[in-house]
Amino acid sequence: MQSAMALSFSQTSFTRPNHVLGSSGSVFSTPRSLRFCGLRREAFGFSTSNQLATRSNRIQFLSRKSFQVSASASSNGNGAPPKSFDYDLIIIGAGVGGHGAALHAVEKGLKTAIIEGDVVGGTCVNRGCVPSKALLAVSGRMRELQNEHHMKSFGLQVSAAGYDRQGVADHANNLATKIRNNLTNSMKAIGVDILTGFGSVLGPQKVKYGKDNIITAKDIIIATGSVPFVPKGIEVDGKTVITSDHALKLESVPEWIAIVGSGYIGLEFSDVYTALGSEVTFIEALDQLMPGFDPEISKLAQRVLINPRKIDYHTGVFASKITPARDGKPVLIELIDAKTKEPKDTLEVDAALIATGRAPFTNGLGLENVNVVTQRGFIPVDERMRVIDGKGTLVPNLYCIGDANGKLMLAHAASAQGISVVEQVSGRDHVLNHLSIPAACFTHPEISMVGLTEPQAKEKGEKEGFKVSVVKTSFKANTKALAENEGEGIAKMIYRPDNGEILGVHIFGLHAADLIHEASNAIALGTRIQDIKLAVHAHPTLSEVLDELFKAAKVESHATTRTVSEKVVV
Amino acid sequence: MAVSSSSFLSTTSLTNSKSNISFASSVSPSLRSVVFRSTIPATSHRRSMTVRSKIREIFMPALSSTMTEGKIVSWIKTEGEKLAKGESVVVVESDKADMDVETFYDGYLAAIVVGEGETAPVGAAIGLLAETEAEIEEAKTKAASKSSSSVVEAVVPSPPPVTSSPAPAIAQPAPVTAVADGPRKTVATPYAKKLAKQHKVDIGSVAGTGPFGRITASDVETAAGIAPSKSSVAPPPPPPTPVAAKAATTTTNLPPLLPDSSIVPFTAMQSAVSKNMIESLSVPTFRVGYPVNTDALDALYEKVKPKGVTMTALLAKAAGMALAQHPVVNASCKDGKSFSYNANINIAVAVAINGGLITPVLQDADKLDLYLLSQKWKELVGKARSKQLQPHEYNSGTFTLSNLGMFGVDRFDAILPPGQGAIMAVGASKPTVVADKDGFFSVKNTMLVNVTADHRIVYGADLAAFLQTFAKIIENPDSLTL
Repeated sequence: MQSAMALSFSQTSFTRPNHVLGSSGSVFSTPRSLRFCGLRREAFGFSTSNQLATRSNRIQFLSRKSFQVSASASSNGNGAPPKSFDYDLIIIGAGVGGHGAALHAVEKGLKTAIIEGDVVGGTCVNRGCVPSKALLAVSGRMRELQNEHHMKSFGLQVSAAGYDRQGVADHANNLATKIRNNLTNSMKAIGVDILTGFGSVLGPQKVKYGKDNIITAKDIIIATGSVPFVPKGIEVDGKTVITSDHALKLESVPEWIAIVGSGYIGLEFSDVYTALGSEVTFIEALDQLMPGFDPEISKLAQRVLINPRKIDYHTGVFASKITPARDGKPVLIELIDAKTKEPKDTLEVDAALIATGRAPFTNGLGLENVNVVTQRGFIPVDERMRVIDGKGTLVPNLYCIGDANGKLMLAHAASAQGISVVEQVSGRDHVLNHLSIPAACFTHPEISMVGLTEPQAKEKGEKEGFKVSVVKTSFKANTKALAENEGEGIAKMIYRPDNGEILGVHIFGLHAADLIHEASNAIALGTRIQDIKLAVHAHPTLSEVLDELFKAAKVESHATTRTVSEKVVV
Repeated sequence: MAVSSSSFLSTTSLTNSKSNISFASSVSPSLRSVVFRSTIPATSHRRSMTVRSKIREIFMPALSSTMTEGKIVSWIKTEGEKLAKGESVVVVESDKADMDVETFYDGYLAAIVVGEGETAPVGAAIGLLAETEAEIEEAKTKAASKSSSSVVEAVVPSPPPVTSSPAPAIAQPAPVTAVADGPRKTVATPYAKKLAKQHKVDIGSVAGTGPFGRITASDVETAAGIAPSKSSVAPPPPPPTPVAAKAATTTTNLPPLLPDSSIVPFTAMQSAVSKNMIESLSVPTFRVGYPVNTDALDALYEKVKPKGVTMTALLAKAAGMALAQHPVVNASCKDGKSFSYNANINIAVAVAINGGLITPVLQDADKLDLYLLSQKWKELVGKARSKQLQPHEYNSGTFTLSNLGMFGVDRFDAILPPGQGAIMAVGASKPTVVADKDGFFSVKNTMLVNVTADHRIVYGADLAAFLQTFAKIIENPDSLTL
């Protein structure tokens, strides 16, 4: 291992001139030694040569510029191959995370390849966020059209709403295809090499894909994502016992479907199925539905998304055994108490959707070749997504982003992590603040959140000795929401009254998923409430819900921004 | 979201209803309010309770300073469910926001008085909380009488008579796929369970006709006697039955709406009226009319009018004094097995307020003097208009007075509100030609009053005697001012 480290570093230093060539000018302004800070002492031995290299880069910089110009003329923006490697960066897995990393890598001038063993787009585009949004778009409209009271309150009259299952399924499928093509084209257009085949790590900086194609790269990103997690005892047949992969194809709309797991996947599907006429039974292992959401939000969400709909639920139980429908019998679900493990009940339903979360897809990745031991399948990484081996040391030049590392299993988190890694390998230290990554659940109405929940914030406040305050506002107080007859919903902000730091924002209401970004951007940029409350929101818009929160917050310190007039250049 | 919440709470038990303690409690940051009050208001401790029970009223909290009424968004708990201190019981929508109302007491949600989606004025009882399981039934009967006496209908024509028993259940044989191995357990779909709870149908008694013999929503609807909202996939056509024959009291197969007609859901008040009217059908009533000469009364009215006395107060006072002599007319029969003489004479007077109907109660109408009654009446009407009547101010009546005389109605007939013994319908006083016993004709102001009474406890002779007394008081009204 020691020798491998040394080797890798010597290579790094030798190839650096090449590598830096592809980087933008900003690289020079950042302290070069930063990248080595966290590594072994030997690394510092190269600092002198590194500086030399930097100096030489500066001389070569101009010529590089001209090369780039000609390159873009030939519509190939991908970086030049490094001398001793096939690529600067190889990404294993062309999901949203890999895609985001690849695009950013090319922008940074790295010669990049992406390996995909299945279809470009990964889970999100093909079996996750994207097709589910298509189904939810349908369910939202169905819900609205079926809600006579709602329509009448607008003065609208609609005759009975109906749907064509195949038409709905086609919409989801077409959307996935379209987005997949967009993704593929966006990478092709800038010259990312898309290599088809199953990728695995052969050794440091060496990757195998397909049958026996071996390529090398200075840095490797693992972005292999995840697959639906199916607890043992559950037999998935793809027809009556299904995962989200199957459900998104909408091959049938069962009269009664049990959804195992009431997280956001389960919730979104309950929204789809009930809008299409199914009855739903939730099975949740924890004591309450919608764990993971802010308790107040989940309480209200339950009141709006569960109680008035054709949904019932069993909490505090595991589905210990699920047998698909066959031999004239319905789907059988055996429930056991989550704590005592005693049998509790048996359900007979038409279908069961397993939405118990997702398991990392890391088998067969050749991780043993770099001495990495997965934890429950997840690849251990540090806060810079650098892979940690079995001994707890960092594996040089190997990164893991997205669901495979399990830090935050969201498509946009993977993408953000990928961009963070590219920033690092192109010489700029970067640590992603995961607390600034928003999450959304696209039910009707939507749920969104960023940062800490109220209990988390209070716990942190107690530990670190700061006060935590909460402000709330109702969508009922928002003109636009009322115009849409969608006054149902709340937004709450958790913050520090002493310095105005936003700790978390949770929204449940119309377009919550779009509204959260003002808060997540504020958290990411460190904007304080006393500053953002002076910003102006168009009236009447839903964004005023957040404006209301900012203005209602009681912060002890004063605004730090200069007055707007100073900033405006007229 | 500046919502201040004030909550009242009293720990009074029924046996000790005089000592109403109330205090405002500061509420947790999430602005939940708790509101309780003992069931029987202080003024109406007339019936002695044999059971020492604690049944608390959950009443509509004032969630903001501008809130006059609130809508029940949802009951988090269902009737009969156990409540632990601090648990949310009901969600109330104010003019500003939705809020959870939580309980300060352990106990059982015995009865829901105001259902989901209905509106109740601030301070009105919306549910009852029983301390023990045994008291649930008691609380339920209480709730029934409470809601029945809260709003009284007087001028609605009687509903069409019930012609036959509810529609025969269109039961279908279970599909062949039902696999019977061992004892069958009841399998009901989520919506079926919800409907069963809503319509108080015992799910165990419903025959399942869905796939694998499961109970579906339409099975429950059939069991509850409601026309299924959606016809099942392909039901075999039932033998044609005349629609009229299936007219049940609450569930009628309504003919399709005419084009351009609109459906307006009942307001809370309308629902309460509707509920009471349906309930009134279970009481056998009869009516007795009586002409009353009002010349003397009119003269008196002219005299006391400048002092702020209203005709309503005069009539209520007269009725109260007559009732004092005929207590049976002031009695009430609630269970059909016994009846109770009410210790107080509380005259409920029907008032129309913007499309609604409410019956503020003049308590102890026989005892209070005319001026106090008039003053009290003005106060009650003001409160009724602003929807601020406290429950005991509209549900403690023992006798109801309904007057349509001011509209020129010469006579009408009122529906007896459940829980009361009689209701008096007063027509206009008009100059009428009358012949006296000597054969002389004269013109006298005459008013027709018509009393509807519960024939289980009040008989014809009782009512006639009562009316005679009433007429005598009106014709010699000096006693009214005493």
